[in-house]
Amino acid sequence: MDMNKKTIIVFSGDLDKAMASLIIANGAAAMGNEVTMFFTFWGLNVLRKPDKVKIKKSFLEALFGWMMPRGAGRLGLSKMNFGGMGASMMRTIMKQKNVSDVQELIETAQSLGVKLIACSMSMDVMGIRAEELIDGVEFAGVATYLGEADEANVNLFI
Amino acid sequence: MAEKFINARGMQCPGPIVQLFKEAQNCAPGDILCIEVTDHGFKKDIAAWCKKTKNELLSLEDDGGVIRARIKKG
Repeated sequence: MDMNKKTIIVFSGDLDKAMASLIIANGAAAMGNEVTMFFTFWGLNVLRKPDKVKIKKSFLEALFGWMMPRGAGRLGLSKMNFGGMGASMMRTIMKQKNVSDVQELIETAQSLGVKLIACSMSMDVMGIRAEELIDGVEFAGVATYLGEADEANVNLFI
Repeated sequence: MAEKFINARGMQCPGPIVQLFKEAQNCAPGDILCIEVTDHGFKKDIAAWCKKTKNELLSLEDDGGVIRARIKKG
């Protein structure tokens, strides 16, 4: 089997874009590829645990954390979100049509060995701590991403 | 040589190929995998998947919306 590498930067924290990136990642892994997803800035919200984690934060960090969606189940749409109504309509339709939601896609990705890396710099900027992210996530910086991207034949920024 | 049946009806992309990939990992070369899918994008996907993963697509038929593929593990 050809062991090609694919890397995906998930910059966006939108439901639709997170779905697209995870579907590509899972598809690539199912085609025998080694896949690394690098989550940065708004994309970090995709990896957040749905439950509140009690951590001491500065006022601004706490405010930021409070304003952003806590986890894959709370993401909004990049278009026609209408204060969350669009996203909830989309979730209903997805359920009707048996399309996996973002949480399920993440579980599948992890079961296929897709590497999920959270950017430590943007975690720091957005005040997101390691304890707030789901299990199995690795933490690294731009050099790790570039090292992986150098060996990959597809690299996406979503 | 073993034959394995996978029911992936109702699954949406990339469910069927993920399922197929996972099952194929437990198969020996020469084993046959038979999969049934209702996602119509699968008809093209399965050819690409087989080519990429070095498996052989033996047959592909569309039976009134149910796509049935037989694959020989390479």
